[in-house]
Amino acid sequence: MAIFLNENSKVIVQGITGSEGSKHTRRMLAAGTQIVGGVNPRKAGQKVEFDGQALPVFATVAEAMEATGADVTVIFVPPKFAKSAVFEAIDAGIGLAVVITEGIPVHDTAAFWAHAVATGGKTRIVGPNCPGVISPGKSNAGIIPADITGPGRIGLVSKSGTLTYQMMYELRDIGFSTAVGIGGDPVIGTTHIDALAAFQEDPETDLIVLIGEIGGDAEERAAAYIKENITKPVVGYVAGFTAPEGKTMGHAGAIVSGSAGTAAAKQEALEAVGVRVGKTPSETAQLAREVFQNLG
Amino acid sequence: MDLYEYQAKDIFANYGVPVLPGAVAATADEARAAAEELGVPVVVKAQVKTGGRGKAGGVKLADNPDETQEKAEGILGLDIKGHVVRRVLVTPASDIAEEYYFSFLLDRANRTFLAMASVEGGMDIEEVAATKPEALAKVPVDAINGVDLAKAQEIVKAANFPAEVADQVAEVIVKLWDGFVGEDATLVEVNPLVRDPQGKIIALDGKVTLDDNAAFRHEAHADLVDKGAEDPLEAAAKAKDLNYVKLDGQVGIIGNGAGLVMSTLDVVAYAGERHGGAKPANFLDIGGGASAEVMANGLEIILSDADVKSVFVNVFGGITACDAVANGIVSAFQLLESRGEAVTRPIVVRLDGNNAEEGRRILTEAALPGLVQVKTMDEAADKAAELAAQGA
Repeated sequence: MAIFLNENSKVIVQGITGSEGSKHTRRMLAAGTQIVGGVNPRKAGQKVEFDGQALPVFATVAEAMEATGADVTVIFVPPKFAKSAVFEAIDAGIGLAVVITEGIPVHDTAAFWAHAVATGGKTRIVGPNCPGVISPGKSNAGIIPADITGPGRIGLVSKSGTLTYQMMYELRDIGFSTAVGIGGDPVIGTTHIDALAAFQEDPETDLIVLIGEIGGDAEERAAAYIKENITKPVVGYVAGFTAPEGKTMGHAGAIVSGSAGTAAAKQEALEAVGVRVGKTPSETAQLAREVFQNLG
Repeated sequence: MDLYEYQAKDIFANYGVPVLPGAVAATADEARAAAEELGVPVVVKAQVKTGGRGKAGGVKLADNPDETQEKAEGILGLDIKGHVVRRVLVTPASDIAEEYYFSFLLDRANRTFLAMASVEGGMDIEEVAATKPEALAKVPVDAINGVDLAKAQEIVKAANFPAEVADQVAEVIVKLWDGFVGEDATLVEVNPLVRDPQGKIIALDGKVTLDDNAAFRHEAHADLVDKGAEDPLEAAAKAKDLNYVKLDGQVGIIGNGAGLVMSTLDVVAYAGERHGGAKPANFLDIGGGASAEVMANGLEIILSDADVKSVFVNVFGGITACDAVANGIVSAFQLLESRGEAVTRPIVVRLDGNNAEEGRRILTEAALPGLVQVKTMDEAADKAAELAAQGA
């Protein structure tokens, strides 16, 4: 099972011939991901070699899907071209589009999200500016290092890449069903709530770890959703307690404006619905471990 | 990037939104000259990127050039919520018949744009939203369909604009949308949007936030950066493509990944509570790569901050293995020494994750002066805070 991604997922890479695209294609293959090809209109018809495996390059996502049965695309194209790459993936009707690209203008992201909704929402978008999705031991669509830990019973959803890695590392003895890096941009395709809903339904997930950060009110909305819909235990962490107002902390969405978006407000909202929230990543891991052990 | 009022109004004017003429003055003499040219009475308005200027005494009416000079003298140099006024906008005083509110902004929750409009303008819109929510119309705007005249009329109707200004306001809304999209803004706010006694609609104030991610398609936006107002360390970091934010503590922070660095700031602040209140001195995300050069540039920026008494390098080896990061740190020390900036303040390093043991071994063997290795993030934060407290 796991969520969004499993051992049967057939993955293509948009931007497979670029430096990031090819570097991570190699890593995804090494992690056991079934990568079936790539997309680059200027190199269509060619093959690219990855450690002895030759992958076909197609002109479009639709052609790649037709030829290979791909149901997942991982997008590495530069910000300038990202909007049209995601539009193309949506128009081809692919099931999952993981947008790794960092630095996409928010008008472009809002446009591809609107396009996805207008065309019936057939494509789940993860990202942009995210590390992707990994179901350890099954498949890896993105840039999360596959060797941190193996399969297990924790589901993880996080705005931040390195905090995802840190948390997976701290809980490496338990392991993960799926870890989803949803990205820190102001507009994202898959939210904490989407991942929570999927983990709730996933028989391989017993405990959910939710990592948030300052900016927006996604964590508050996730808290409201947990109250109504999630029966599995959730442990939370929020980064940015000491971030001053009006300063963007790395992620385009990580900014406290006025009274909105503070870490304290998010922690309060999560704790109010019974989510145990750690003060630091290691304390959060400790809480998760306790909760997991008490599951019996 | 937030813009000043005068920059916002320049953009409005470019898109055909009616604004009053005005002149920007950096000195009281310039303000006086502006008043002479524009004709009195004038309003002298502090140019700061924060709200509440009026209450802070940053907006004054002046009836003649002498008074303009005097008011400008009082406003220039004023500290408004930590923002020092370095320029004023001098603009003709206008008679106002009615004040309205209008904005386009990003609606994160619904992943689309939102138009907000109210005929109760001129006051703090958060207050209107809190006390009279029915007076603030919120109309979702589809990112692809945008705002045409029909959509603008829908917004005008939702906000109950008076019939005599409805058509004019709708036209202004379309132009504001054109500017919002055309400039890749994430916020365009007009408060107040006014009707003058002659019935004309004017954007009397303006607030615009531009999306830095869209800079690649707006060369002109680079000119809008107020270099004089930038923190010198932040400007130096920007020139080196480093993601750095200056804070006011004593523990310099370098980490990889925005979330981990934010988390590091928190953990250091908690540790500081045990060590004389030591606080993080900065946010610095060197990204996934963490090459020797990036590490050297990062250390250089942080060590050029005289407030920094200790440095905490917090790296989780994900894509980049820790041995590469360790080699980066060793080269960074050499590079800094060759630049004549030998590292003299203590540096606490925590390496974890991919190839951490090899990374730690490299640093142990290199025996760099003042470098301490600590195994966990919490212990390392504690050590860095302790060293900062000792060095203070």
